[in-house]
Amino acid sequence: MKRFVFATASTLAVVAGTSVLAEPQAEVLHWWTSGGEAKSVAVLQEEFASNGGTWTDMPVAGGGGDAAMTALRARVLAGNAPTAVQLKGPAIQEWYEEGVLADISSVAEAEGWADVLPASIAGHMMCEGTWCAAPVNVHRVDWIWANADVLAANGIEMPTTWDEFNAAATKLMDAGVIPLAHGGQSWQDATVFEAVVLGIGGPEFYQKALVDLDPEALTSDTMVQVFDQMRMMRGYVDENFSGRDWNLATAMVMNGEAAFQIMGDWAKGEFLAAGKKPGEDFLCASTPGDGYLYNVDSFAMFNVDGDDKKAGQDLLAKLIVAPNFQKVFNLNKGSIPARTDVALDDFDICANLSAEDMGSTSAAGSLLPSYAHGMALRGSQSGAITDVVTAHFNSEMSSADAVQQLADAVANSY
Amino acid sequence: MSEWLENHLPKVVLAPSFIAVLIFVYGFIGWTAWVSLTRSKLLPKYEIKGFIQYERLFDSPRWDTAINNLYIFGALFIVIAMVLGLLLAILLDQKIRVEGAIRTIYLYPMALSMIVTGTAWKWILNPGLGIESMVQGWGFTNFKFDWLVNPDYAIYTIVMAAIWQSSGFVMALFLAGLRSVDGEIIKAAQVDGIPTWRIYTAIIIPSMAPIFLSAFIVLAHLAIKSFDLVIALTGGGPGYATDLPATYMYAMAFSRGDIGQAASSAMIMMLVVFAIVVPYLYSELRAKND
Repeated sequence: MKRFVFATASTLAVVAGTSVLAEPQAEVLHWWTSGGEAKSVAVLQEEFASNGGTWTDMPVAGGGGDAAMTALRARVLAGNAPTAVQLKGPAIQEWYEEGVLADISSVAEAEGWADVLPASIAGHMMCEGTWCAAPVNVHRVDWIWANADVLAANGIEMPTTWDEFNAAATKLMDAGVIPLAHGGQSWQDATVFEAVVLGIGGPEFYQKALVDLDPEALTSDTMVQVFDQMRMMRGYVDENFSGRDWNLATAMVMNGEAAFQIMGDWAKGEFLAAGKKPGEDFLCASTPGDGYLYNVDSFAMFNVDGDDKKAGQDLLAKLIVAPNFQKVFNLNKGSIPARTDVALDDFDICANLSAEDMGSTSAAGSLLPSYAHGMALRGSQSGAITDVVTAHFNSEMSSADAVQQLADAVANSY
Repeated sequence: MSEWLENHLPKVVLAPSFIAVLIFVYGFIGWTAWVSLTRSKLLPKYEIKGFIQYERLFDSPRWDTAINNLYIFGALFIVIAMVLGLLLAILLDQKIRVEGAIRTIYLYPMALSMIVTGTAWKWILNPGLGIESMVQGWGFTNFKFDWLVNPDYAIYTIVMAAIWQSSGFVMALFLAGLRSVDGEIIKAAQVDGIPTWRIYTAIIIPSMAPIFLSAFIVLAHLAIKSFDLVIALTGGGPGYATDLPATYMYAMAFSRGDIGQAASSAMIMMLVVFAIVVPYLYSELRAKND
């Protein structure tokens, strides 16, 4: 209660600072429309309303955000941008370059965002030195999930190197279990690919190859090895994987049909929803190798006219990063808070492991953006890489050819 | 005044739709052509940069796949749907009983949306759920029918589903054509003792040439713009093995924020359509002028 009063008072102070009479208004474009996600957004909506704001919801479902981006494009071209939009990664900078993003540095500085956010994640929220977006959560992408019973029955430990993973997979195949549950959709192929790049090449190589797009790294022997491993992975997948949705693959791990799945921590939500317990029924670990691949959802703030809307924008930014929302939202969504000073007592062991690794990798400089989930590269570049990865995974292409195609595709994507 | 109105009424009535077509069809074709010459990414830009987008397009292996798939899909779909449609129409034309019911059954797939067709065939062809697992369940454990998940054959599953959907419609077109052939000629041929198959190949089918042309045009444009069937049946996969130009364009414009690339692929698609439609229009118009 005390905290609430304090929050209200400080909000009023912020509001009073920008305008005396304006009532905060925010129109929020997002695509969190499915069960758990909608619940998470409702939390923010309630908090916004209880701070005296008027929230105009603008949910656009469909196509993993494609539909929402189309709506956003239309709104921006019409000169009537929403107050805040669910955007992430380099897309924020892309919109900034179109000259349509607002500066929320005053809120960020007053709230001390720079002190509580990991540096590499804060970097995504800044546009040429000013804050232009507010982070909501951190999904870890390089997770490997496993069915505890299946591993125990076959005497397998959670693998810590790719050689161990391959050995475990061979053993599982002999036992008649599908080693890797996977869905043949290009983004899932890309998710496995980036985990393999990070594991085999290490964080520095990942940075060079998939963030800086260094042609030397892309055509290196390490990349050939990565594609060799991808060819092995193809053998660990059942033949019926084409087009399967990720949650169906998770279900295969759940009911013991398959042993492992490589997928971001939204897969945890599926396990939990089915009443499975982390550490007992299913196991979570980072994929073999060092480093941490993050996928951070955030809200970018667009240029709006009118004091009421600007006040709404500031209030929204403040609430999003505030500890209370970060905690409640992420408990609902299965991710972890972007700020590092939130107590994680209510979170499960997987989330705690994720937060711990985020801290240590941030210090070691191996906290890296996920390419497969649009955090590392712009759409046309990451799309070009995914095309090659998925073509290689779904055909008999040799690793050497794949590496050459990868370099050509990246060069052709600018 | 009333005389002026009488003379100009058709023009006045047609003017709004004429203007709408001018802006929304030809205006936007022009706009797309312009954008295809720029470096547009997330939002359209209007600074002309030459043919860079077309160079990128033709360097892209994914576009090659899409165009090859269009050839395979278009050729097989049009030819097989027409042959099958004609065959069904001829068989139905034999004055059989319950013709109306059978005609409805064959025509019915046309009433389904492509999304429904695609989803149904996705399940039928899925190796773990559909035909393969059913036949294996009968004891033929070596039976394999995995075209849907095989990158080399997946495009043929799209051909199958599209033919299933459209051949009934082609049948209806041909049936109407068969019925419009003058009965007197056929009777005369029968009196002369000409066998039935000769009557069809030498008299009836040649006199249906315009129907063939209409069926071809309808099927060709269905093939070039097909999008929903691919999305529902394979999602463009495995990999991008079943991409068609329309799905390529969608991916570029809406998923990747590469509007210039999408515009250039749209222009190429339009040229393909023109290559088919313009000769047709030309022959039609010339026939009228003669």
